[in-house]
Order: sequence, then C-alpha cells, then structure tokens
Amino acid sequence: MEGDTATIGITFHAQHELGDIVYVDLPKVGTKIETGKGFGSVESVKAVSDLYAPVDGEVVEINDALASAPEKLNEDPHGAAWLIKARVEKGADLSSLLSAADYQTYAGAEE
Amino acid sequence: MSAPLKRTALYEVHRAAGAKMVDFGGWEMPVQYSGLIDEHKTVRAAAGLFDVSHMGEIEIHGREAAKLADFVTTNRASRLHKGQAQYSGLLYEHGGFVDDILVHKVADDAFFLCVNAANQEKDFEHIRAANKFDCTVDFTSESYAQLAIQGPTSREIAQRLTEVPLSEIKYYWFVDGVFADAPARIARTGYTGEDGFEIYIAPEFAVRTWSAIINAGRPFGLKPCGLGARNTLRLESGMALYGNEISASTSPFEAGLEWIVRFDKGEFIGSAALRKQLEKGLTRKLTGFEMRGRGIGRDGYEVLVDGQPAGWVTSGSPSPTLNRNIGFCYLPLARARPGEKIDIVIRNQPIEAETVRTPFYKRQSQ
Repeated sequence: MEGDTATIGITFHAQHELGDIVYVDLPKVGTKIETGKGFGSVESVKAVSDLYAPVDGEVVEINDALASAPEKLNEDPHGAAWLIKARVEKGADLSSLLSAADYQTYAGAEE
Repeated sequence: MSAPLKRTALYEVHRAAGAKMVDFGGWEMPVQYSGLIDEHKTVRAAAGLFDVSHMGEIEIHGREAAKLADFVTTNRASRLHKGQAQYSGLLYEHGGFVDDILVHKVADDAFFLCVNAANQEKDFEHIRAANKFDCTVDFTSESYAQLAIQGPTSREIAQRLTEVPLSEIKYYWFVDGVFADAPARIARTGYTGEDGFEIYIAPEFAVRTWSAIINAGRPFGLKPCGLGARNTLRLESGMALYGNEISASTSPFEAGLEWIVRFDKGEFIGSAALRKQLEKGLTRKLTGFEMRGRGIGRDGYEVLVDGQPAGWVTSGSPSPTLNRNIGFCYLPLARARPGEKIDIVIRNQPIEAETVRTPFYKRQSQ
C-alpha cells in the first residue's frame, strides 16, 4: 500500500506452484476490481489460473512489461513483476492483505 | 473419497530431489523437476530421465500368443520379428479405443505389452475376455519399473551402463540384457520424438538404476524430468495421448492412425466397425493447429469454423522448441487439412488459429 494505491501481485509460492509462466492477462486501466472476483489470469505451460482481487478498487496501472516477458513473474513476483496497481476504495477492509515482507515471514514460519 | 494414490518404487527419490508431485491418473508422479521448459529443452538438446513405472505391463504366453495379439490389436503383431516392437491399438467392437499400446515380440510364444497407466486394469480385462486361444494372459505391472532415457545423448549415456551394443538396436527394437547390473529389457522406443531407450527392470532395482543413470548422464547434460515435459515433448512430436486425442469415442482413422490398422491380417476386435466407418466415410479428423492470435488453445476448448462450433481441442500447449502455441483438434473432415483459418474459444473470446501439418517438430537425424 502507498497512500490509497495497492500494488497487487502473486506470491513466490504461487508462481512456484504454477511453474513456467507463459502468459499474463491483465485488465485495462479503469477496470473495477472486486474482492474475491477474478480480474485476470496467468498461464503456465500446463494450466490457466485466475487472478482474484484481494480488495475492492479501480485499476490505475498495469505492468505492461509482463505481456512480453511473462517469465519475470517466476523470477521476481514480489518485486519487478507486480501485476496491477489499484486505487482502493475508501473504508475498504485491508486487514486480510499481506505485504510481501509479511508474506515472507509467514511462509518462512510454515517451513 | 478417492482411493489413495499409487506410488512407483522411485517415489522417495523424486520427493528427496524436490520434484513437484501431482495426481496423474491415480498415481502420485513427478510433474516437474527443474522446470517444465528447462526439462523439455534438455531432452531436445541433451538427455532427460523419466520415471514411467506407472505404465502397465501385460504378457501373453502360449502356442497361440500371436493369434491373440493379432485378434485384440489393430496392427499386425504376428508379423513382428523376435525383438521387435510396434505401436498398436486395442479397440472395442464399435471401433473406439480401449487404449493405445506398444506390443513387443519376445518369442514366438511370448508377447509383452506396455499399456497406459490409467487403462491397465481395463486393458487386462479386455484382453482376457477376448482370449479364446491356446495361451495365457498375465497382468505383470507389479513386476516392472520403467525408466525412459530420451534425447540425443541418451545412447552414449546408456552405453556406459551396459555391454549390450546399443547402436545395434534399431528404432522400435529391443534386447534383453543386463543394464546397470540388473536384468533389463532395453527397448529403443520413446514418447518424446528423440532417440532414446525405455528400460524395464524389476522394481527392486529401480532406485539403484535411476541413480546410475543420473551419475552416468551428468557429463552428458542429462537431467531428471517430469511428466509435464513428457507431455509437451510428445505433443510437439505429434504423438497421441489416450484420453485426449484418442478415446472410446474416437477411431484410429479419425485420429490419423490408419497406419496401425491392418485389415490384411484378418478379423480383429473392432475391424467390422472400422470397415463400416470407411464405407460410410469419416465425418471428422484430428488436425494440428497453431495459434495466430494471442492465447493458448487448451484441452477441451471449443473450435469454431466460419464462426460456428465445429470441434474441440484435444491437447494444446506452448511449444518450448518452436516458441509457438500448438495443439490438436477434431474438425469436420472437409476442413481437416493444413491452411484452414479457425478460431479457438479462449475464455469466451474467439482467437485466431490456423491448421498446420504435423508433427510440429521432427528431429534431424534418422
């Protein structure tokens, strides 16, 4: 989160489960996203997986670089290979969001 | 609710090596090791080692073993030489596939069948029920582990582990000998489109033999591979997969496998239905395609011809070798030829594709 803008991506664990990612389909800027609803998809060689929005909001930026280099999602899902930035609605419940740093702590504890 | 997954003798080896395991037709199998694309390219450029011990084995023994083999399969098993293998079909009376299999002639009175994992019990019952001949049918899957070494360096690697002169084994022939100190059936067969060997050994030797191949293969670039790469490799090479290109509701002619149907050998299970199908004419045929628009036409997706539903994708995937999105689909006969513009419905959007000649990939030598 930066101000009211959330940067949304997939976790390292998710990219690992998917395997080699070959396509990323992202919504257009201006699209409304809704918690728990699909906003795009990622495809690995083996399968298609829907992307689910973690918050209500509106897409303000998409990571265009992923269209030509989807494999970046395997390499740096918590960094350069973010998916979309969304302006989060006022008063949205952000308690279930996990930052990349929190996620690492959480995933580390699982091992 | 489902039955526990079956495991091969190499299950612990896969787990210890960090392979990703999935349910594959009731078997807990490695889908990938280092990564599907990396494994795929390794098999094309060097060699890969696959655990395919989930595959089933059925053996026919007795004076009329060849007669039963001819009666239950589409290809001409009785014309095989000792030590020769052939690709063949097991059909129902109605002409659809029970399975696609490899038939090996071990001796005049002994045939060894390698069948698909998920079909093995069904295949055995089918063959046993058809056995009106002086021979026995045995289900011997538990007596074998099967390892596949595939890729251009596979012969050099395998040769370090056996005194059997491997260069003398022709494609689709096999030799019984000793491999990595274990009694083995060494067949020059495979499911990747590359040169290679499929090695049948007793399960108790599986771990040792696997390690021996990994060690011998290291200087030759060999890597362990999962079933994910096996699928993309076979697809590029234009090989059918049971449950996708072929099934109980598709015939060998529809699947482009007329070359495994030998009417000249006499009656066999399904031959009457196949003759009738030829007389009436086919209505659809399996066709290769490449995506032209952005997207991957995947298994089960609908295919449109002139904007109308006309068929379905049987297998579709990115091709790691060609860097294109390829696949097979069933199309009405008149359009089942290269150069046709079709659309594949990907998440409710028709995306352009074009039919192409197969195989998508063919290796240089041989």
